[in-house]
Amino acid sequence: MAKNLVEVNNIKKYFPIHKGLLNRVVGNVKAVDDVSLSIREGETFGLVGESGCGKSTLGRVILRLQGATEGSVKIDGRDIHALSHRELNKMREDMQIIFQDPFGSLNPRFLVKDVIGEPLKIHTKMSAKEIDERVVELMKLVGLDPTRRNRYPHEFSGGQRQRIGIARAIALKPKFIVADEAVSALDVSVQSQVINLLMKLQKEMGLTFLFIAHGLNVVRHISDRVGVMYLGKMVEVGETEALYANPLHPYTAALLSAIPKPSPTKKRNRIVLQGDVPSPANPPTGCRFHTRCPFAQEKCSQVEPKLEEILPGRQVACHFPVGVEGGSDLSKL
Amino acid sequence: MAEKLLEVRNLTTGFLTDKGFVKATDRISVSIEKGKTLCLVGESGSGKSVTSLSIMRLIDYAGGVILEGNINFKGQDLAAKKQEELKEIRGNKISMIFQDPMSALNPVFTVGDQIAESLSLHQNKNKDEAWKEAVELLRMVGIPSPEIRAKQYPNQLSGGMCQRVVIAIALAAKPELLIADEPTTALDVTVQAQILELLQDLKEKLGTSILLITHDMGVAAEMADHIAVMYAGAIVEQGTVEEIFSNPSHPYTVGLLQSIPGFEGERGGELYTIKGTIPALGNLPQGCRFNPRCPHVMDKCRQVEPGDIKIGSEHFTKCWLYEDKEKAAAALGKGESNHG
Repeated sequence: MAKNLVEVNNIKKYFPIHKGLLNRVVGNVKAVDDVSLSIREGETFGLVGESGCGKSTLGRVILRLQGATEGSVKIDGRDIHALSHRELNKMREDMQIIFQDPFGSLNPRFLVKDVIGEPLKIHTKMSAKEIDERVVELMKLVGLDPTRRNRYPHEFSGGQRQRIGIARAIALKPKFIVADEAVSALDVSVQSQVINLLMKLQKEMGLTFLFIAHGLNVVRHISDRVGVMYLGKMVEVGETEALYANPLHPYTAALLSAIPKPSPTKKRNRIVLQGDVPSPANPPTGCRFHTRCPFAQEKCSQVEPKLEEILPGRQVACHFPVGVEGGSDLSKL
Repeated sequence: MAEKLLEVRNLTTGFLTDKGFVKATDRISVSIEKGKTLCLVGESGSGKSVTSLSIMRLIDYAGGVILEGNINFKGQDLAAKKQEELKEIRGNKISMIFQDPMSALNPVFTVGDQIAESLSLHQNKNKDEAWKEAVELLRMVGIPSPEIRAKQYPNQLSGGMCQRVVIAIALAAKPELLIADEPTTALDVTVQAQILELLQDLKEKLGTSILLITHDMGVAAEMADHIAVMYAGAIVEQGTVEEIFSNPSHPYTVGLLQSIPGFEGERGGELYTIKGTIPALGNLPQGCRFNPRCPHVMDKCRQVEPGDIKIGSEHFTKCWLYEDKEKAAAALGKGESNHG
């Protein structure tokens, strides 16, 4: 088995809430609360969950774009939250990010060649000519016409702009890329082009991806393993196909059943959750999902379940996992 | 066949830009039967929202002009009416739900006041009656403890609840037609499921017809009785939901359905893609507007724009491929569908 490239241990990220005249801290928004995961070399790890569940914050903490409140992140064996700024900068060559918004993530005053060439300028000692050659090469690689490198981002369509963002991310030949909702803003016909591109690049460059998205069908297609987050907690982790075929956590089951599928004749057994996601500033006691869980029992509101491996390669944080003896029974809904 | 509530014929709407007049919708013809749902699907920029705004004649305020066509709503042509006359129809007979519930509500009024306003405007209710009914409407759209919620402001409610409030306002006057423009796009999937369920419920309970605009083929499959697929300002295929999904005919529809990664079967393979991007509306290709991206393009497609070709009882597609197939089908003695 491939070794782990990324190891995240007990990461917590709290955002303090200030209030009053003295700006005292009156509480914390627990955006990410004690999450651990590992990503193997060359693997795509999909991270799903609804808005506000902490998936983007986790992605940013993993790259140390934000500091962690507690916990450690090891990439390639080095604890990146313990590195000095100089070491961290060096490390950034190996870890990059692709953002969701192809409009907001590119500087509108930079020519496309400068957008893609900037990481090369900062991290390498390439001459202007070498950089230009590399930019041409990168644009070809991501399916853009290199003769358009002297144009501004606004002259490109959304899908093309996302390709520019991808070219920038792979410019330094990184090992690890966080794709934060990288295809969510795109139309389906363009989305499939970008997904194919990401998978092609992964194969050619041996990239490791953390693929953060809320589009569950896209995540299924691209990921080897998937983690499901709810209110700052990882509730289930498993191999993609097994997890989609047989969700163990009631939240995963509800999430999967909630997606409208493009086939009108299929009979649906939808679990419609009641209510909304509670505030991460004041999460429920016990299991965080118990307020919306159709199977919640008394224990769930008192004892917080731990993320445990209950099947090989399958971790779930639930007292009564679905389809396990003594667990929750979907057919009883 | 059921009674037609709305019949749009050859609707062409455009905008005057610095590059000349641009047609955002090109000869759109759709109809909605009583108590049924029509879904307009398509990617961004295909003209879905312009179509809905044109039907409401709100396009006048967005700088658009209806060039030709009529909008027949219960025997009246909305396209020919004055804005003044439309006030009786808008909100009363036809109402609309927008994509972003947070910005559709006024932040400085309580949600109860906003529903009551709609009631007193359209139904001449007095203040107490209107408030009471507002609370009832909140209950109907599934908001828990509506008496308390009615006194709250939009920022105190979640996105899903705000969308329920918007739906309550839209339903206040018991409209016959509800136009919903991407009503769940801004919401999370579990909340989307709740809202879709609510819309289905209300449709059955109140017999409201729905024009649903969405880019999500999954939502369309779930909600629609009929589907119209839009591409670059035109409807390229329309039919019943079964026809569209079991027998997609226009190469664009086929491509669109195939590029969605599935929930079952093979994963990780290369996804089907439609090459290229949607053309700018001011710069449409000659002939069929899909021809530069079409895998089956023929010479004729580059020269002449196809019209509607009938391929099923209610199934139409704008594609030259079916010109021959129709002939072929006729030769084989099949496909003699009765018109009308």
